[in-house]
Amino acid sequence: MSETPAIEVSDLTVAYGATPVLWDVDLTVPPGVLMAIVGPNGAGKTTLIKAILGLIRPAAGRVLVQGRPYDVQRRLVAYVPQRRTVDWDFPTSVLDVVTMGRYGALGWIRRPGRRDRRLALEALEQVGMTELAHRQISQLSGGQQQRVFLARALVQDASVYLMDEPFAGVDATTERAIVHLLRRLRETGRTVVVVHHDLQTVEEYFDWATLLNVRRIASGPVDEVFTEQNLRLTYGGRVAFLAEGRSAVVP
Amino acid sequence: MTAPQLEIQAIAALVAAACALPGVFLVLRRMALISDAISHALLPGIVLAFFLVEDLTSPLLVVGAASTGLVTVLLVELLKRTELVREDAAIGLVFPVLFSIGVILITRFAGDVHLDVDAVLLGELAFAPFDRFVVAGYDVGPSALWLMSGILALNVTFIVLLYKELKLATFDAALATALGLSPALVHYGLMALVSVTAVGAFDAVGSILVVALMIAPPAAAYLLTDRLPVMLGLATLLGVGSALGGYWLAHWLDASIAGSMAGAAGIAFALAFLLAPERGLVSLARRRLRQRWEFAQGALAIHLMQHEGSPEAAEESRIEHLNRHLRWDPDFAARVVRGAQRRGLVARVDGSLALTDRGRAVARELVVR
Amino acid sequence: MSIVRDLFTDHTLRTVALGAATLGIVAGALGSFAVLRRQSLLGDATSHAALPGIALAFLVSGSKAPLTLVLGAAVAGWIGTLLVMAVVRTTRVKYDSALGIVLSVFFGVGLVLLTIIQKRADAAQAGLDRFLFGQAASLLERDLITMAALGGIALAATVLLWKEFKLLTFDPDFGASLGFAVRRLDVLLTALLVIAIVVGLQTVGVVLMSAMVVAPGAAARQWTDRLGVMVVLAAAFGALAGVSGALVSSEASRMPTGPTIVLAAGVVVIVSLFLAPRRGLVWRWLADYRNRRRLGAGVALVDLYRLAEQHDTLRHAHEEAAIAATAGARVRHGLEELAERGWAERVDGDAWALTPAGRAEAERRLGGTG
Repeated sequence: MSETPAIEVSDLTVAYGATPVLWDVDLTVPPGVLMAIVGPNGAGKTTLIKAILGLIRPAAGRVLVQGRPYDVQRRLVAYVPQRRTVDWDFPTSVLDVVTMGRYGALGWIRRPGRRDRRLALEALEQVGMTELAHRQISQLSGGQQQRVFLARALVQDASVYLMDEPFAGVDATTERAIVHLLRRLRETGRTVVVVHHDLQTVEEYFDWATLLNVRRIASGPVDEVFTEQNLRLTYGGRVAFLAEGRSAVVP
Repeated sequence: MTAPQLEIQAIAALVAAACALPGVFLVLRRMALISDAISHALLPGIVLAFFLVEDLTSPLLVVGAASTGLVTVLLVELLKRTELVREDAAIGLVFPVLFSIGVILITRFAGDVHLDVDAVLLGELAFAPFDRFVVAGYDVGPSALWLMSGILALNVTFIVLLYKELKLATFDAALATALGLSPALVHYGLMALVSVTAVGAFDAVGSILVVALMIAPPAAAYLLTDRLPVMLGLATLLGVGSALGGYWLAHWLDASIAGSMAGAAGIAFALAFLLAPERGLVSLARRRLRQRWEFAQGALAIHLMQHEGSPEAAEESRIEHLNRHLRWDPDFAARVVRGAQRRGLVARVDGSLALTDRGRAVARELVVR
Repeated sequence: MSIVRDLFTDHTLRTVALGAATLGIVAGALGSFAVLRRQSLLGDATSHAALPGIALAFLVSGSKAPLTLVLGAAVAGWIGTLLVMAVVRTTRVKYDSALGIVLSVFFGVGLVLLTIIQKRADAAQAGLDRFLFGQAASLLERDLITMAALGGIALAATVLLWKEFKLLTFDPDFGASLGFAVRRLDVLLTALLVIAIVVGLQTVGVVLMSAMVVAPGAAARQWTDRLGVMVVLAAAFGALAGVSGALVSSEASRMPTGPTIVLAAGVVVIVSLFLAPRRGLVWRWLADYRNRRRLGAGVALVDLYRLAEQHDTLRHAHEEAAIAATAGARVRHGLEELAERGWAERVDGDAWALTPAGRAEAERRLGGTG
């Protein structure tokens, strides 16, 4: 591939204290793919995303976004954190949260204006939440909260999207809406990286996958890397293989 | 040393020991600030009980005032349950209001009560020897000495009898419930203990400094040991040490005894914070430094192993590459390589690095964890 | 209302009221962020930690100039806050213990210094202990100027960095991913909280100042779901509690200022918790009551219908006790609700019967479920 990769991670090692969370991870994400990061709990999936975003200082290694360090490419990247990391009883409205996606473009001190709110409303329309724009955020269901976060990322109008477990705890309608949205992002040339938990749906939703368990086990097109052997390497003995060749994690 | 001086020190030591014991469980259960809330909220209880019994060392007053402590815990609990405010705000709302009521009561009725605002903040340890406990005409010592001995005995009895329950409810509340040991009962028992102890200690060191004796020695002990019995012993020792050290510090400075005891407890914690053998800042910094090297050597070994036998192996194993790819500066990289060579993890083969068998084993172990 | 008239004519009273209003506004506004960031008790540690700073500032400079003492308080409070963070970050001692240690040890050291100062025989030492429980009557114009200047700076910074502080409070990770220096923002917002606390120390005192940080914000949160409204309301509540408490304490004899102000703030909180629309407890109880009554009505309606079916005639009246036997104890409320809607009527005494409209409703409901 001669194109500049959307994300290029090389030799990334991250440790919390003495405990390594990621060991020497190399990862190349080609532009325009819809990629899942899968792996067991504690595999370092969230850490990988945070390290790409510069939220965590790595012990070693380097991250490039479209060929240059994250610091200078920040505006090209949008981030959807895990839904449960914020306080949903915070006194603010749906529209206000989505408008936060514009803060990066606004920079320090400048306040969001009419244009920013219009963009936020457009993003809310894309996730089917226009009517709830003025709701207080504590009145949202889990799926609606997730869609608010997605809308906030859409407002950033980025070319690379990093999403941490957007499917966790959402209803079926929201799940379909998110899948639809992810595909539309890919169709418009965006790169999307999603931390994903449900092995059943990886092949259906994504075209690219990275298997991670402290080390990178495999990364590439889903049909190449999503093999029984790789899954076994990633999950140890905890993967049961169903008759039709689909796999599921057995607790 | 004069007799009153000895008596004051004995009372101070008893107070410190009585505070440290329940304090250990407060620190472990992350409820340290409940002691702050209880000791403040006791004030209206003490004042009202004092109106009735007019004796600060009467057991009746202790029980009456201690019940205000439990009321505080219940109020915080209720407020939290409304889900209108969080726990931190609930604590921060309840005790200042109760304390304010107490201070206003004292100020309004200052003439009728031998309590003043200074006594609330500083205690009256210096005057404790003047209040004698007289049994059938015999003077058997200061009342405070007997009261604090009683409270200490109560605390020791409670902890000895319910040691297993306290331990389990502290470290694994779910398991305790499953085994039928009600953590709620243990919790309220502990709260009652804290309340009674705080009332007794209030007379000696005042409302706010009770917190210093309940939290600082156990927190220091927490940095020095991993074992609960040792922590209980150490906390008691450090508490008594702070009390006696604080007494002589106050003597030397001619200043508040209670304040000096709190200061001494602070010094004890600061020393543990800096110098504790494993968890102190100094040994932490040393270990970090050592870990950084070991970690870097491990990272180097894993890096080499990842690329062993792959087409880019020659490129990835060059020393210059480490600078660029692992984002190490050349000096650091050179020192890591030297260290790894000394440990026999890697060998230098004309400008490239190769893993030794030992290095490969180490890398594998690190990866598997 | 002589107090109100005095406010405009009495210079001292006006100074007291203005000072209390300033502290209430600043503490309420910045305290809102502390409440939302779950740092309610950090204010407690900071304000207690300020005491040795005040005493040291006096010992070193020998001056009681408000700016000197306030600076001493701010530096000590700030160091205490940093120590809490350092202990939590580097050791396994938890946040609550770290707060408790800093609070009580700093306060103890402050008391030691105060007793040392009191023993020095110069006349200038008098009055430092007003910092313990506050003394509104001691406020002078120069104190007021210091308070207003510091408070003004803190409020201006909050307005200027509004968007950033909102982001920091709601979702710091997302903020960092956008390129905002969240760690520095965190330090700055905490520094502003320290300023808000020291502004109130002379009036409310180190022991109780933390309540002025928590109470207005906690009360304001009940009335609104917008951050901007919450902060403005908290400032107003803070000013209300401050002014009313300070005025009561300077008019009545032997009412210490700090505790009086805190009691006033406590009243504001209690009223808010009970009466604030939607979130308030009274409204919640009312909603619960209505729900229970509606459910009870549904059960009683179906029950009356079933009982009537057994007796051929749908207008057959039944004793309340008979209905209660099948519908449960809360039947009385349900029956009253039915009567209000015109679906049932009291025949005589304790006997009830369905009206035709009630019968239709029961059939509609039962038809729906088969």
